[in-house]
Amino acid sequence: MSGEEFVPLSLTPLLIGIFAAVACALPGNFLVLRKQALIGDAISHVVLPGIVVAFLLTGVISAWPMMLGAAGAALVAVVMIEAIRRLGRIEPGAAMGVVFTTMFAGGVLLLEQTDTSSVHLDVEHALYGNLESLIWLDATGWSSLLDAEALAGLPVELGRIAATLIGVIAFIWLFWRPLKISTFDEGFARTMGIRTNVLGLALVVVAAIAAVAAFDAVGSIIVIAMFICPPAAARMMTNQLERQIGWSIVFATTSAIVGYVFAGYGPLWLGAADAVSAAGMIATISGVILAVTALFGPCRKRAGAPAQA
Amino acid sequence: MLELASVNGIANADEALGDSPLAIRGLTVSYGQKPAVFSVDMTVQAGAMTAIIGPNGAGKSTMLKAALGIVKPLSGQVTAFGKPLEDQRARIAYVPQRASVDWDFPTRVIDVVLMGLYRELGLLGRLRGRHKAKAMECLNRVGMRDFADRQIGQLSGGQQQRVFLARSLAQDADLYLLDEPFAGVDAATEKAIIAVLKSLKDAGKTVVVVHHDLATVTDYFDHVFLINTRKVAEGPVDTAFTAETLQAAYGGRLATAQIDQLSRAVG
Amino acid sequence: MLSDALLLQLGYNATLVAIGAALLGVSAGVTGTFLFLRKRALVSDAISHATLPGVCIAFMVMVALGGDGRNLIGLLLGSALSAWVGLLCLNWLTRHTRLAEDAAIGSVLSVFFGFGVVLLTVIQTMGVGRQAGLEGFLLGSTAGMLWADAMIIAIGGGATLLLILLLRRPMTLVSFDPEYAAARGLPVARIDLAMMGLVMAVTVVGLKIVGLILIVALLIIPPVTARFWTERSDRVVLLSGLVGGVSGFVGAAISASAPNLPTGPIIVLVSFALFALSMLLAPNRGVLAAILKHLRFQRRVHLRQGLLALAQGQPIYERLTLRLLSRAGFARADGVATELGRARAAKALRDEKRWEVVRADQSHEAAAALYDGLRDIETVLTKDQIADIDRRIGGPQEVPA
Repeated sequence: MSGEEFVPLSLTPLLIGIFAAVACALPGNFLVLRKQALIGDAISHVVLPGIVVAFLLTGVISAWPMMLGAAGAALVAVVMIEAIRRLGRIEPGAAMGVVFTTMFAGGVLLLEQTDTSSVHLDVEHALYGNLESLIWLDATGWSSLLDAEALAGLPVELGRIAATLIGVIAFIWLFWRPLKISTFDEGFARTMGIRTNVLGLALVVVAAIAAVAAFDAVGSIIVIAMFICPPAAARMMTNQLERQIGWSIVFATTSAIVGYVFAGYGPLWLGAADAVSAAGMIATISGVILAVTALFGPCRKRAGAPAQA
Repeated sequence: MLELASVNGIANADEALGDSPLAIRGLTVSYGQKPAVFSVDMTVQAGAMTAIIGPNGAGKSTMLKAALGIVKPLSGQVTAFGKPLEDQRARIAYVPQRASVDWDFPTRVIDVVLMGLYRELGLLGRLRGRHKAKAMECLNRVGMRDFADRQIGQLSGGQQQRVFLARSLAQDADLYLLDEPFAGVDAATEKAIIAVLKSLKDAGKTVVVVHHDLATVTDYFDHVFLINTRKVAEGPVDTAFTAETLQAAYGGRLATAQIDQLSRAVG
Repeated sequence: MLSDALLLQLGYNATLVAIGAALLGVSAGVTGTFLFLRKRALVSDAISHATLPGVCIAFMVMVALGGDGRNLIGLLLGSALSAWVGLLCLNWLTRHTRLAEDAAIGSVLSVFFGFGVVLLTVIQTMGVGRQAGLEGFLLGSTAGMLWADAMIIAIGGGATLLLILLLRRPMTLVSFDPEYAAARGLPVARIDLAMMGLVMAVTVVGLKIVGLILIVALLIIPPVTARFWTERSDRVVLLSGLVGGVSGFVGAAISASAPNLPTGPIIVLVSFALFALSMLLAPNRGVLAAILKHLRFQRRVHLRQGLLALAQGQPIYERLTLRLLSRAGFARADGVATELGRARAAKALRDEKRWEVVRADQSHEAAAALYDGLRDIETVLTKDQIADIDRRIGGPQEVPA
């Protein structure tokens, strides 16, 4: 494929897909190890009510209010889950189930009650995103990468997800040691003076930010899949956290690229005329990678005994 | 809030608590509505090896965890070396129960020991050769040098316990608190651990161990602290570890013959 | 309007949907209880999301065979099949790899759902308009439902309930204490699988009404709600079924009473309202009750500790303790005991001594087990027993002022 076609139509969606996948996979590594994988699931479900409320409050469909709304909803969800878990003494899985289904139901109801048919706000967009539409119309070829005028026309989603990715990397780099120690042995971490509860909350907040930024670009399916599948597959490949992070980045990137290409060109190869959902395909590919590593990964079996109590 | 303030120590309390490595006053911890530890005072003797003993469910581990701020007490105050605990974290090494962590965690033995150097390294301090050398030296002291590159999940229970001990050695602390280090370990490990603990004591450090095996108390320790929700006795082994105190701590749970035998061992 | 709906006055379809939703709610509430007691509530999330590819494939197969593609029975069969595959994947991942259950749930959920979305877009390209019914499975839609469809749901809900009634004994045993059940020779793995099969059945029946994203709520919220009211597992099952049934019925009725009130979300919100009320107001486990109880308990602990400190002449450091003592009239603000305080302190110390005797004495083992530092010894021992203990302790002791 020539640069004239690739750069405007495929380069930006691909980059956005990759950045979103990696931004979610990185905190996902810790969430999976802390047995909090489903926080990602909960967060991605509550994004819908968040953007609906933001729309109702501001009356406009624009990125910043929607992202703030989504982030606010994620925070409300996390607080509610904690409150129900502690105050009601309910196990975390059930507490999550109560909160995210209720908030999602509230979002759908609000959506049905308000007339949003004239604007582009619907459940499907929230679920599948619209990666394919994030194209760079100002580009004419590879040379556009050096053309300031064309660069100004880059989709704003690209800048946002790139900034988010940098933020996520900075957080994990800065707090690598305390994150690792407190994920392995929370009691010990506490006696080393690490504020484990604050750090745990910070991790969830970072995951929520990644989810909201990624969701804005690619929809909530990719978000859940990328929080869990690449880190889970990476865990089957190595017994060292540093390498696991590396593998998860490789798997997230691979899922994004292969998924995007298959979604766009796969049907053509099979003789069909239209592309299929890129977000869905990326999630599917990440599942295929997980299946392969679960069957053949060198470290797929448990080694040590699980923690008691 | 109230509990936190009291753990951090109220200023006027410091004097009364002295400069014992670990002084606990009025510590009460409760899970739900039944206190696991009730109004316990403890003053750890500097330079001694103290065993915390008591029947199952008597609050031994809970007391230690609450003293260290791992679980939140209902009331009570704790000082370390005469100062609020938070200021003295660097001088305290804690070895949790082996079963409290997931040994499937993706990391190697040497990495676990290096966690003990966190306070020295900080968030971004560079890991240098001397840090690794120190970690290897600590592994050497517990006889685990050859296992440095193993994945932790491949270790036996005794080996896991020794790695935890090595991690605490890396902290270069003045007070070592160990939660059931001899639970479910092999005889060789028990010997290795007690040798290390004795060497710590010889170096002037203070050691406190939550212990469950009454038969070895007199061999291993010079001080005991008997607890059964409340403090039962505290002091040197020959005065505090007697038939009466054991009877008081264990009540009907220990056969009279057993108590006789144990108190004869004390002499 | 709403009263009409609640009294089943809105026509055949609405009535059938309301009855179907109520039956579904009861089945979901009861089934969900077993999942909840087994601490596997979110397994249902994986199962429900895993239905999507099946719905799509069933549609495509029916179209390929020359049918309409929207036959409800066909679609439900497809959804059941793919949910079953998803469940097998989940079980395999947790059993044969090092993944914990939460990660396995999340991966099955997202991958199956993602693949389903791919298939949905494939169907969209197959021909305009024909996929219209499928989106309804995401969020449920009872609008424009055929009478036959409503009938299928009502029958399905009833059949599921019957199955649950048949399997309730072994499922209660397994979810309450799997090890004991195994020791009694019950095939725990197979009962677990049957439990999951029921979850699947509830999901499939509920797809059309509540939708696959929200059916999870019907499996999770009623048992959590019921748990606040009772400690007995058999009552949790019954209450949970009741909560589910009421939510389903009331939700469906409200939804039928006005336009733009989608059935699924309304049912979920009704059940959440029941949950929120229960969490706040339930006696014992409710939040208000728990807060009051904790405060009372904390005060008792501090007061007792304070009295013991007074009795032993120790200074009192904690401000809360001091405040409580002076409020009770036991001490002055500077920590010096009043006359009343000295008397009560002496009694507290004496009770401690008595307890010490009780706890060291094998013949009092049952009483000793009740010791928690707070209990009045008079509530555990008879007057004669206490007198006997007092003889052993000796006379009353001096209390330092």
